[in-house]
Order: sequence, then C-alpha cells, then structure tokens
Amino acid sequence: MRFLCTVLVVSLLAACAAPQTTDGQPPAAVEDRGGKPGASGVQAKPITSVDLTGRPVAGALKDPNSILSKRSVFYEFDKYDVKDEYKPLIEAHATYLRENGATRMLIQGNTDERGSREYNIALGQRRSESVKRMLMLLGGREDQIEAVSLGEEKPRAAGTSEDAWTQNRRSDMLYPGEY
Amino acid sequence: MRRLLAAALLSLAAWPALGQLSIEITGAGGQRIPVAIAPFAGEGALPVGTAGVAGMGITAILRADLERSGLFRALEVPPLVPPPTESSNVNYAEWKSRLADALVLGSVAVRADGRYEVRFRLYDVVKQAPIGGVAYTISRDQLRATAHRIADYVYEKLSGEKGVFSTKIAYVVKRGTRFELQVADADGANEQAMLVSYEPIISPAWSPSGKRIAYVSFQNKKPIVYVQDVEVPKQNVVANFKGSNSAPAWAPDGSRLAVALSRDGNSQIYLISPDGSNPRRLSNSGGIDTEPNFSPDGLWLYFTSDRGGSPQIYRMPAVGGEAQRITFEGSYNVSPRVSPDGKSLAYIMRNGGKFQAALLDLSTRQVQVLTDSELDESPSFAPNGRQILLATVINGRGVLSAVSSDGRVKQRLTLSAGDVREPAWGPLVQ
Repeated sequence: MRFLCTVLVVSLLAACAAPQTTDGQPPAAVEDRGGKPGASGVQAKPITSVDLTGRPVAGALKDPNSILSKRSVFYEFDKYDVKDEYKPLIEAHATYLRENGATRMLIQGNTDERGSREYNIALGQRRSESVKRMLMLLGGREDQIEAVSLGEEKPRAAGTSEDAWTQNRRSDMLYPGEY
Repeated sequence: MRRLLAAALLSLAAWPALGQLSIEITGAGGQRIPVAIAPFAGEGALPVGTAGVAGMGITAILRADLERSGLFRALEVPPLVPPPTESSNVNYAEWKSRLADALVLGSVAVRADGRYEVRFRLYDVVKQAPIGGVAYTISRDQLRATAHRIADYVYEKLSGEKGVFSTKIAYVVKRGTRFELQVADADGANEQAMLVSYEPIISPAWSPSGKRIAYVSFQNKKPIVYVQDVEVPKQNVVANFKGSNSAPAWAPDGSRLAVALSRDGNSQIYLISPDGSNPRRLSNSGGIDTEPNFSPDGLWLYFTSDRGGSPQIYRMPAVGGEAQRITFEGSYNVSPRVSPDGKSLAYIMRNGGKFQAALLDLSTRQVQVLTDSELDESPSFAPNGRQILLATVINGRGVLSAVSSDGRVKQRLTLSAGDVREPAWGPLVQ
C-alpha cells in the first residue's frame, strides 16, 4: 500500500514538474501508466531538469496583487529570527514551491554594513537558512531551495543611515531568472 | 646601540608616497634613531627614474623606507665631493658632528654587460666600527627591490628585528561597480591587479610561501573560495559547496586551509586541501562559527562564534576538539588574528557603537584598544609583528591604515579614487 502511495505521489510530482506556459498555468497533465523500468523494489525518483535558461518569472510571481510578488523578509540588528508578520509570505512561497515541484529557489541573506564582513556572511547565512527551514516545514523540498549569503557585500540601499541599514538586513527569495 | 634602538622601537614599515597608494603619517612616535645615508656614489650618473617610480633612486627609497618606519630619522646629507663609497675611510668624528648614530655609504655602477653592481656598508658611528655590508649584481628592474633589501638589512642590524620593506600587501579596491584584487609592494608601489570583477571580492589570504592568495569571490552570485597563483591568472576553486563558502585561512605549513562552509546549515569551520580535496568538518556548534585563524605553531584555530549569544572569539585545537572562549569584555568581538610570535591577538571590538582594533595579550589577558576610529575591519599583522594593517572608513571612503602594535604610530593609506578594503600583509620573502 505504501509503495502504491509512493508511486502515486511520484507521478503527481512528475505532473507538476511539467513545463509551465507563460500564463502560469501548467498544461494538462498526461497520465503515464507505463511505469518505470526497474521501479519494482526501488523507490523511483522524479526527474527534475536543470534549468539554466533563466526565463523571466511570470504569472502570480510577478502580479503585484499577489503576495507571491513579495520576496523580502527583514530583520532586527544582529537578529535572524523570522518575525510573525512574514509568516503568511513564507507560507505562500512554500505553497508555490510545493505546487511547482520543478521550480527552484535561491534565498540570499543580507546584512547591514556594520561589523566584520566575514561575520556578516555567516549572519546572512543564518537569515537565509531560517527562511529555508520554514519553507521546508511548509512543504518546500530541500533540493529545491539553496540558502546562501551575500553578507554586507550587495546592499540594496546605499548610505549609513538607520533607514538604509533596515532595508539591507534582509533575505530575498528568488526564482530562476531573478538572480 | 641595539638597546638604545630597542628602547625607541616604535615599529613600523615604510609607506613612501610613491605608488597609487599615498601614505600619510597621522601619529608620530617618540625618539627616533638618526641615520645618515650618503647619496650612493655613481647614482647621479644613472638615467633619471632608474629605480622605476617617481624618479626615486636607491638612496631616496632607502631613506624613505627608514624614515617611514617610524623607528629612524634619515638625516639630510648634502652631496659630498668626492662622493664617499663603501670602501672609503670613514671619518667618524665628522659623522658624529652631523649627529648621526649610524651611517650608510654605498655605490652603484653599470657593468659592461649592462647589469648593475650595488654595494653598501653600514657603520655604527657611536662605536666607530663597521657593522657589515653587501654587494649585489642585479638587472635594472631589480634596483627598487634592492633598495628595499638594503633597508631590511639596516633595519635588522640596528633593531634586531626583521625588516618588512621587501614584503607585499594585497587588498581589494572598489571603483564604482568594479572590484579589483590588488597586490603591491609594502610601500604601495607596483600595484598590480590579480582579479577584476563586477561582483564583490573579500578576504584575501596569502599562502605562507607568498606564492598564492586564497580569496572569496561572489562572481557566481554567492561566496566561493578560490586560490590563485600570484603570477598565474587562473582561478582554482577550493570550496564551492551548497550554501556559502568563505573565510579562508592558511595553515602555517601551507598544506591545508581552514574555511567557513554552510553546506550543513549554519556557517561552520572545515579544513580543506588547497586543491579542494578532503573537506573535513572541525566545529560543531548550533550557531555561527567563522573567521578561522591558525596560531603560528599550527596547533590552534582561533575563530569567531555566536554560540554564547553574542559574537566572541574562541579557540580550539587545529585537529578539532573542545573550544575555549578567549574574549569576554563587550558584546561584539570578531576577526581574530594571532601575532607572528603567537603572544597576542589582534581583533575588532565594538566599543560604544564604534568598531575598533584591539590587541589582547594572550598571557596577561590585558586588552589595549589601538585606534580611535569608528569602522575598523580586517586586521593584518606585518610579518615582524610590529605593525597592524587595517581597513577603516574616513569621510565615507574606505582607506587602509597601519597602527604600530603599541598603538603609538599611525599611518593612513589612501587611493586617489575608490574605496580600499580587505588588506592582507604578505609573508617575509627570501
């Protein structure tokens, strides 16, 4: 029974992995009853393609009325915990990742300019990891998500004001073509 | 003589204002030792600008090195007729009347084969005795390096410590949107770019041989550690794992690097071969471990960790094992660098909102704040331990500054354009 369930889930994931059309709707899934060679006794894994084409993101991800168009989580100084106000945003992206199994995400953690550049790389990593962990708890797959850090090296806002620093203490959730 | 010099030893290398980096002494030391350097005989007959930069000859470079060391005062010596050489008889009484404690006489000659012969001798005027001398046969493009060698010789004979005038420094320059990893002579001359990129470059680290530099580049949209031969324009990937790869530090024997990797979640410390093989995890904390730095004996790794709730400096055996906390004062202590003699630790502390370089005596646990700056970063010891190079910000621009390890003498290195940051002082070269 468990094996049957696995096969079912696998084929559903495979269906989700099909290429998307430009309006963001997946084309009709084609059910494949043929099975896979060597599937018996070995858990079959879905094949996801390496997509280097960097097509512009379309659909809900770009729709300003959709929460999915928002990508950034902001932090307090020297902190990496995700504040409650960002949980709906992360939930929405987790759902998107779950429903679009072939999609990948890069999370870039950033810090303000104060302190050690290397410590800030590590702090930015803690920030991106905290978002990644939350996405995974909500259904994103480990192999879909890479968390990295840019430390203080790529500030969104220039300057040394508290306002600039606030904007720069940030994790960004990015899809292929956006980084 | 040596005791006298040791008493006045304020450290410091030379930063003549020759290359792209210009140098300004912003804090003076106490008593300096007067050294007379007579113009090298035969130098006037050489083509102008023979030594390569700003028309300075050997005598001028030697004077500038010693003068900017903060340890010596180069006395004005007018051209003498006939010009004395290393084989002249020395009238000690005359040099004593010029208030010199030490004297350098030398000569430069072009040989029939076009090579140069440079000779000098150093004298102790107080004891009225020669200390020693050297003769070099060199090509024309080695004149500048030879002047630094002579300065190293004089510095070592008079102070008892190695001179660092022949060493190199590396740093990162940001010009607009462009990042350049530069290598220059310790006096800022002969700046040459090893890597130019539109993405950030940080954390250059010299291999102990001085032949290679490890660094972190963001050229692939995330931090990746590379090693590059100083003379070969080819990047070699050391660590490109999932997540972030950063903070390279060489083991003293050059066989391994310590790096910070986040392949297993948060940033942790690993050892890895310079060719990228055999990564091995060393630290195992739930939080951040980064900025590893080997003790000179290779037995310890100092590093920054937030395992106690705030970033502090710890150390652990370089083979892995339990960590001990090293810094306790303050809530933000980062970027540990062990001095070449292993006795002290330079680091950056947050001090009432300012980030300042500090020096911790590892035996007495005394802490001395070395600067009054607001945004110090990335300390790097001179290989003789006498000086610490830092990145800081002045009027919104990144500059390098150098402070003597007693905090008394300060120098500032600025570029005519662009931000300078991430300094790394290279090793002593043979």
